[in-house]
Amino acid sequence: MDFLYEPWPWYVAGPLIGLMVPLLLLVGNKKLGISSSLRQVCSLVIPSAITSGYDWKGNVWNFFFAGGVLIGGFLGGQVFTMHEPVAVSAETSAYFDSIGLADTSGILPAELFNWQALTTLKGFMLIVIGGFFVGFGTTWARGCTSGHGILGLSALQWPSLIATASFFIGGILFTHLILPYILAL
Amino acid sequence: MKNLTYLFLGVIFGFVLTKGEAISWYRIQEMFHFQGFHMYGIFMTAVPTGALSLLIIKGMKLRAANGELISMPRKEYSPGVVFGSLIFGFGWALTGACPGPIYAQIGAGYGVVIVTLLSAILGAFAFMLISAGFPRLKTA
Repeated sequence: MDFLYEPWPWYVAGPLIGLMVPLLLLVGNKKLGISSSLRQVCSLVIPSAITSGYDWKGNVWNFFFAGGVLIGGFLGGQVFTMHEPVAVSAETSAYFDSIGLADTSGILPAELFNWQALTTLKGFMLIVIGGFFVGFGTTWARGCTSGHGILGLSALQWPSLIATASFFIGGILFTHLILPYILAL
Repeated sequence: MKNLTYLFLGVIFGFVLTKGEAISWYRIQEMFHFQGFHMYGIFMTAVPTGALSLLIIKGMKLRAANGELISMPRKEYSPGVVFGSLIFGFGWALTGACPGPIYAQIGAGYGVVIVTLLSAILGAFAFMLISAGFPRLKTA
């Protein structure tokens, strides 16, 4: 049962992630996607004049799916885990050293992502502004890494190719040009 | 009952994302710095697996368990596909999370990520508010 506790290599995780596409289709003709759950939370609580086109009623499955992902994160991150640092490449480790990140255990660096950090500019940028960008961007793009990056690309949809390329261009530009200044705050 | 099936599939998805370290801020940094193959390997194996599955479903004209003929996903192009995606990329670099991993990170014990989630919901709301004022944003 060791494999349940050890981190999985990309050639195990990748195909399993890809299999979510047919599983959801075969169960109920549902399209893999997670960012729609953000839109639907809005349509739960906000007048439909603003959220028109984002009706939640036919999409309750989304909330169950998202809730499941949370439970899956609990099982994978707290129950079936060895709590060992992620085995990133030597260059990336050296980079983390160079920015003064002492503790690289867990899934996120606890010294950057914690409740006290919210009161600092650095933490506010990473957690609050970062989250805002994720929600704003995926709503405008009408999809995220799951809906465009996995499902859309699998279905050979060219808008999804443009979206996925743009996810990476945005992430790469930000990581190289702006993030270093935020991490140095 | 049906919804419990989606909950179960979500559990599998969240578990695989977590074991595959796709929800790790460290892995996302490694990816955006082009210093490791791990995340690229995940995409390069997930997409062909999904594509092959779709070909099989289409070829065999399979029906979903509820009897519906399976419809193939169609994605519309709009300027948001470029600009929204770029903004999401910024957020991905900051948080180390796409929307799916946000939920998984919370489950994995990082309580403060609840703030990331609330902020993401606020971001989604902000876009809706703007696009309600400027309807062309949504359709153009």
